[in-house]
Amino acid sequence: MSTMNETEVRAEVREWLAANWDPDLPLAEWRGKLADSGWGMPQWPKEWYGRGLPVGLARVVEEELAAIGAVGVARSGVRLLAAATILEHGSDVHKKRYLRRILTGEDTWCQFFSEPGSGSDLAGATTKAELKGDFWIVNGQKVWTTSAHHADHGLLLARTDWDAPKHEGMSFFIIDVKQPGVDVQPLRQMNGHASFNQVFFTDAKVPKENLVARVGDGWKVAMTTLAHERRGADGLPPPSKRGTRIGKIHAEEREETEKANQPYKWYPQRAGRVDLIIERAKETGANKDPVARQEIAKLMTLAKSAEWTARRARAAQRQGRPQGPEGSLGKLAASHVARACARVHTLMTGAAAMLTGAESPRDGIIAEILVSVPAVSIAGGTDEIQRNIIAERVLELPKEPRFDTGPFRNVRRN
Amino acid sequence: MSTANQSTAEPKRRIQFAFTDEQEQFRSALRRFLNDRSPTTEVRRLMATETGYDPAVWRQLSEELALPGIHVPEQYGGAGFGMVELGIVMEELGRALLCAPYFSTAVLAANAILNAGSEAQKAALLPDLASGARLAALAVTEPDGDWNPAAVAAVATPAGDGYRLDGVKSYVVDGHIADLLIVAARAPKTSGLEGLALFTLAADASGVKRRQLAAMDPTRKIAQIEFSGAHASLLGNLNDGVKAIQRTLDQAAIALASEMAGGAQTMLDSAVNYAKMRVQFGRTIGSFQAIKHKLADLLLEVELAKSAAYYAAQAAAANDPEWPALASLAKAATSETYLHAAAECIQIHGGIGFTWDNDTHLWFKRAKSSETFLGQPSYHRELLMQRWGV
Ligand SMILES: Cc1cc2nc3c(=O)[nH]c(=O)nc-3n(C[C@H](O)[C@H](O)[C@H](O)COP(=O)(O)OP(=O)(O)OC[C@H]3O[C@@H](n4cnc5c(N)ncnc54)[C@H](O)[C@@H]3O)c2cc1C
Ligand SMILES: Cc1cc2nc3c(=O)[nH]c(=O)nc-3n(C[C@H](O)[C@H](O)[C@H](O)COP(=O)(O)OP(=O)(O)OC[C@H]3O[C@@H](n4cnc5c(N)ncnc54)[C@H](O)[C@@H]3O)c2cc1C
Repeated sequence: MSTMNETEVRAEVREWLAANWDPDLPLAEWRGKLADSGWGMPQWPKEWYGRGLPVGLARVVEEELAAIGAVGVARSGVRLLAAATILEHGSDVHKKRYLRRILTGEDTWCQFFSEPGSGSDLAGATTKAELKGDFWIVNGQKVWTTSAHHADHGLLLARTDWDAPKHEGMSFFIIDVKQPGVDVQPLRQMNGHASFNQVFFTDAKVPKENLVARVGDGWKVAMTTLAHERRGADGLPPPSKRGTRIGKIHAEEREETEKANQPYKWYPQRAGRVDLIIERAKETGANKDPVARQEIAKLMTLAKSAEWTARRARAAQRQGRPQGPEGSLGKLAASHVARACARVHTLMTGAAAMLTGAESPRDGIIAEILVSVPAVSIAGGTDEIQRNIIAERVLELPKEPRFDTGPFRNVRRN
Repeated sequence: MSTANQSTAEPKRRIQFAFTDEQEQFRSALRRFLNDRSPTTEVRRLMATETGYDPAVWRQLSEELALPGIHVPEQYGGAGFGMVELGIVMEELGRALLCAPYFSTAVLAANAILNAGSEAQKAALLPDLASGARLAALAVTEPDGDWNPAAVAAVATPAGDGYRLDGVKSYVVDGHIADLLIVAARAPKTSGLEGLALFTLAADASGVKRRQLAAMDPTRKIAQIEFSGAHASLLGNLNDGVKAIQRTLDQAAIALASEMAGGAQTMLDSAVNYAKMRVQFGRTIGSFQAIKHKLADLLLEVELAKSAAYYAAQAAAANDPEWPALASLAKAATSETYLHAAAECIQIHGGIGFTWDNDTHLWFKRAKSSETFLGQPSYHRELLMQRWGV
């Protein structure tokens, strides 16, 4: 870890930006500079595109970039979860091959964890991988795989031993999605969009060196991915970009976001659009209804309190204090906020909340909030699973009783 | 450190989302003191007394910890800290359910004097409150229980070099033991928010009749006070009365929110501890998912409530123009959480939770009295909306 303080970090990143930031650079080239200098991911180790700074100081760097309107490294989708997993468990070959292209945005990743028979219970996966010569041969099915239809690589959790206990018979791989043995079929969601897929593996090939960690370590590796996923779910926006020098790079970034976002247009609605609540209250006249006023105030209180709780968690992190309970609650809080938003938005909008066409308020966004919010309390670990985790890890209550011990072959499953 | 009571010209300080090391040390010292001096055996002993507090403990927390004047500027005998530190004190007192005239004297009365009093009045009245030598109470609400100052009916009629007070005040916290009373009253023939001001008088002045009310929450005593032609002095001036009253109530809302966040934490801790201990069906009840999930939800609720109380205190200390709105937000949020946490704590205790001997009901009752005190959650949510301009 570096021993620099906040002032020194600010000074150094400012100096580097003054010498390097150019809003007319091609996007990939600029992001390459960020990756190579370590300023794109300052909390990563020095030898791997980072600067070894503590997370708190990495936020300082983010603020400095935003302050002059500089574009950051690519962050969309699960790319940073993939990177975190590779950094912790991957080989040097993996790090060399994948990390830089993750940051420049050249490669897109997806997460092959959930299966038709195992979602919350990830360790129940039955997609299997068998070593034949220099390749692991993969057969089985994954489902709900966001982005699989345009991803280059996937994080794959597969079973390599059926006689070992459930959690010990899994291994973790990096698989190329664009290959003949991988059949990706988009699935239409209840909101009409198709951002996730079902994926069939038929003798799909994974080169031997793409095993992550050792055979049998799959569960341990997957836990790293999931821990990063939960931690990132505090719902706080990145620092807002200021700065006056607008160049070609911003247009290119916008274009990239729009293209990548095509099937993900509903993502902001999924979180509930709390940002629109007060505007809509005035627009609809709900602000004159005493009952609606109470509901709006309740929702805003919840949303504000959730935001402040996330900020408390970050502040503790910044000061290098051990994380308190506030750090494990973000995902569950976000579910509550989203659900309350859906209720209040549709309450305020009344009958018009049923419209989705040209006459609909706000271009169908209100209806889309209602039909998108249910994803939040399921994706990335359901609310019930979050409660189990909070109860067991934070409150130190007893673990759930187990009915799945012994060789996996004999464990009851779907 | 700046205090919340300084003028709006005070330079803004940034909202902090973490307490400083000094604040954490202060909190730990306070917690040690309260663990020692306010175990539930003491709470039970004191709640059964007429006065409701232990003068020896009060002296100690005044002299050794300087708590009553924590937020009072040094020139008036206080420690010169602000709303954030006052919030820490209240949170810890709420956690321990200390029986003492702190909320009445330090929060309600001292702030009223700071907000309304003239320089001379502040210099004359505050040092004795800050040192804990005198107790004081603020009387705003009347028997109708309405916390909107516009509902005040008591009248102050100019008389000689002062005023004569007529009217009835109720729900006056520690009104039965206060040495000094601060009373909201209006000029004759005024209504609404017009003509309101604060007046002071000694509690033993003639024309003052005090009566302790029998109350559900025995840990915080309340009184009804009748004024019939009692002689009182104007606190500050007639024009700024409403502003001072409202500001005092908003600061009190934040302080009470902090106390409620502390109480809610005690309820959560107690429920979790019991769930780990109690065995039914061959397992601890904390191993049943119905209980685990209830407690996980409660943890989230309590952390959210704390965040609201902390943020409101920070905003007030920073003189953020939004702070009165946030005071209402925090008051509504923490009171619902506290009462919910107390109710769940009883539930998780099962039959024993319904007994007098189990301590949970002490906090449950404080939760309910705090929820209504200064206005119910719905009242504060409405205030929040108005203050946000919605
Ligand atoms: C929009 C979206 C995107 C997604 N993207 C991806 C992705 O990219 N990659 C990927 O791998 N997966 C993805 N998922 C899948 C997601 O992780 C799973 O849906 C989720 O973990 C739940 O699994 P399941 O659907 O099999 O439900 P189940 O696990 O069968 O759960 C059904 C119900 O039972 C409850 N339940 C299960 N176990 C317990 C328990 N122990 N205690 C109490 N209740 C329990 C659950 O909470 C739920 O209510 C996505 C899902 C959604 C909705
Ligand atoms: C006013 C009153 C009158 C009563 N009168 C009588 C009477 O006349 N005769 C008599 O015999 N009894 C009587 N009782 C006792 C009453 O039936 C018990 O209190 C009740 O059954 C709960 O048992 P417990 O108190 O031992 O709590 P516990 O069983 O210890 O329960 C503690 C907590 O754990 C929860 N819990 C326990 N097991 C589970 C589980 N499997 N899954 C999920 N949660 C669980 C409970 O819901 C509770 O929240 C009375 C109780 C009260 C309050």
